Amino acid sequence: MISYILRRLAATVPVLFTVAVMVFLMLRLTPGDPAAIIAGDNATTQQILDIRTKLGLEQPIVQQFFIWLGGLARGDLGESFFFRKTVFELISERIEPTLSLAFLTIVLAVVVAIPLGVLAAYKQGTWIDRIVMGFSVIGFSVPVFVIGYLLVYIFAIKLGWFPVQGYQRIGNGVGPWFRSLVLPAFTLSVIYVALIARMTRTSVLEVLSEDYIRTARAKGQTEMKVLFQHALKNAAVPIVTVVGIGVALLIGGVVVTESVYSIPGLGRLTVDAVLARDFPVIQAIILAFSFVYVMINLLVDLSYTIFDPRIRY
Amino acid sequence: MKSVKLSRRTVMAGAAAAGALASSTGASAQGAQNVLRVVMHSDLRIIDPIWTTAYIVRNYGYMIYDTLFALDAKGEVQPQMVDKYTVSDDKLTYTFTLRDGLMWHDNQPVTSADIIPSIRRWAARDPLGQTVMGFIGSMEAKDPKTFEIKLKEATGLLIFALGKPSSNVPFMMPKRVAETDPNTQITEFIGSGPFMFVRDEWKPGDRAVYVKFAGYKPRSEPASGLAGGKVAKVDRVEWRVITDQQQAVNALQAGEIDLIEAPSHDLLPLLKADRNIKLFNWNVLGNQYTMRFNHTVAPFNNPKIRQAVLYALNQEDFLKATIGDPEYYKVCKAMFVCGSPLETMAGMEDKLESNFAKARQLLQEAGYNREPVVLLHSTDLQVLTNLAPVAKSLLERAGFVVDMQSMDWQTVVARRVKRDPPTQGGWSAMLTSWVAADILNPVMAGFFNASGDRAAFGWPTDPEIETLRARFARANTVAEQKQIAEAIQRRVSEAPTHVHLGQWYSPGAHRGNISGWLEAPAPVFWNMEKGRGA
Repeated sequence: MISYILRRLAATVPVLFTVAVMVFLMLRLTPGDPAAIIAGDNATTQQILDIRTKLGLEQPIVQQFFIWLGGLARGDLGESFFFRKTVFELISERIEPTLSLAFLTIVLAVVVAIPLGVLAAYKQGTWIDRIVMGFSVIGFSVPVFVIGYLLVYIFAIKLGWFPVQGYQRIGNGVGPWFRSLVLPAFTLSVIYVALIARMTRTSVLEVLSEDYIRTARAKGQTEMKVLFQHALKNAAVPIVTVVGIGVALLIGGVVVTESVYSIPGLGRLTVDAVLARDFPVIQAIILAFSFVYVMINLLVDLSYTIFDPRIRY
Repeated sequence: MKSVKLSRRTVMAGAAAAGALASSTGASAQGAQNVLRVVMHSDLRIIDPIWTTAYIVRNYGYMIYDTLFALDAKGEVQPQMVDKYTVSDDKLTYTFTLRDGLMWHDNQPVTSADIIPSIRRWAARDPLGQTVMGFIGSMEAKDPKTFEIKLKEATGLLIFALGKPSSNVPFMMPKRVAETDPNTQITEFIGSGPFMFVRDEWKPGDRAVYVKFAGYKPRSEPASGLAGGKVAKVDRVEWRVITDQQQAVNALQAGEIDLIEAPSHDLLPLLKADRNIKLFNWNVLGNQYTMRFNHTVAPFNNPKIRQAVLYALNQEDFLKATIGDPEYYKVCKAMFVCGSPLETMAGMEDKLESNFAKARQLLQEAGYNREPVVLLHSTDLQVLTNLAPVAKSLLERAGFVVDMQSMDWQTVVARRVKRDPPTQGGWSAMLTSWVAADILNPVMAGFFNASGDRAAFGWPTDPEIETLRARFARANTVAEQKQIAEAIQRRVSEAPTHVHLGQWYSPGAHRGNISGWLEAPAPVFWNMEKGRGA
């Protein structure tokens, strides 16, 4: 097991190197010049050139790449072209809102979706099943921003229960922090509830016809025990995979949700950096997201051994 | 900066004490202080107003820095940090005396020794500053409160330049800061303006925070435009970042914020209908849409073809397509803006009326070879998005072949500085907008610079315009300036450097309990009060 984890960790190095090369090259090939953006409307060609030189953009691309790579090796992610801040500082400031939103979203999705999926499987073909699956289709189909605006209109503007926008840091109190995240987390979780509920239903349906379920029932176990102890545990591997994929997909979802709710997280930082062509920030964030993606995959693979003892690495 | 940290702790302590679900930092801060919560037109990313011309940075500059002179509500330049000044009979020596009690935010006195490097750094970046520096022979600090500027040749621009209202504004900085290389961003953010910047609380993408500077000594005159007494009437101003316009409006209606600098035009009816919200047109001169030509490549390297564009276009179509409501736009053929001292229609009487027959005739006379006009279309800024499709339609009706290429604004910004032929990634024309305060005369308005390589993107070369601009810089009376401005506009109507496509206005919106917002070319927060309720 240990050697497997070490092998997988070692495998992240070439993956991240490939991502680094791709991101670096794609940004340099994308139209857009941060120096021209900074210089403004009145700038002469010479002024733009001066700024490009200051930013190091006049150096050959290969040289720029190795300077950046050297910095990475030393743990230096570089400095933003625009803010007088290091990329590390910017990411540190933004990581709390994104982690908070992602955590609450996944908790909400799992807590709601798994019971719904199990219930739909148990009541297969009934109106309960049809409602759950109908919700699932809606959850997949309605864009995040539409759900966001609807929730804001009802719960923030009309009822005044939650703030329209903004984020309260956890340091300011758990209450304000939670209150500021209820609507965003609910908005973002809808699609994951749909995804996980559907997958749970399918997986549980598969195992419900197995012999050991019949045996459990024959032994006189309650339906709750049968469903959640026997059926769900044996259906867990595909569900965990979907939850893992969901966590990875969340990276895309937070970008829209953070924009709608004005949450100063990594998603918004990514959008702002892309619009401003702030190369060091974009490179670092994409690399960080890639690392998280790889790690989640590793954790999901390792979790299989818990749910299915037959799996050994 | 000690007081800044204390105020932050106060805010944190307030939040912790409240503790309950409904409390928030903002609410606690409001309990202890008078806090103005504002949504500006963009996020504050750069904090050196000399290094960049971005308007959000200019607005930040007005919060924390002060200026030697400033434009009042009537458009006249008034002393601001300067107490009094004298001009010698030969108009070559200006002697300035600073006001008593001017202090930097670190509580050090402002002296003449700070002023001179501040002027130099600004002039190194700003086109008007560069022109004025060409007239300046020497600048000398006579004593801590007096400095002298000696000119090589008389100019009527010096005082106006020192009170230049928009980007780049000649903000005064401490000597050690002002001596920073003009091409390098400053690292210390100490001004002498009515508010202090709280760097610890500056979170790009989230908020920028300012607190009242207790040591600021306002002028005794009432506030007027950017001039007069800058009295901070709120303790703290927070610029909150809400990128989604609809959400900013929702937040204003819900009372989570107090003011939006420039809500988008499509949301104005919603705000107008809300009894708790008021609209205020703080920038009375507004903005001007503009089409810029690339003068270095065909077809717009031919002045007659550029003039054909002037005949083909009309302002109303652009304004209707972008702004919509006539309350917020004005058809105006004056290149130096309607409502300004240099307003003139000279040379423009028969232009900008979509006279397609005349445009086609000019194209024929010019020998237009149907070279495609590569028109850059910005798709992500609402106030610009509809300009290019209107231009394409009008130009095609006049006989032009138009290749409209759509891209995001930052790509337009990068593309417009490329001098390659249009077929190899270059361009022929693009559309943008200027704040009117930036284009009040032919020296400060960058698009009139026709000095080829030394001009802004588009790079027009026109010795006649350059001679007139030089004469304008030497003019000493408004009458003389106006006469030259008319001549420049006439020349531009024959050989256009750019085309002006009408004035438009972007009112701000605020809660009913906010008062004292000043009419000025930039949004300023001194004089603004926040009452209870609403």
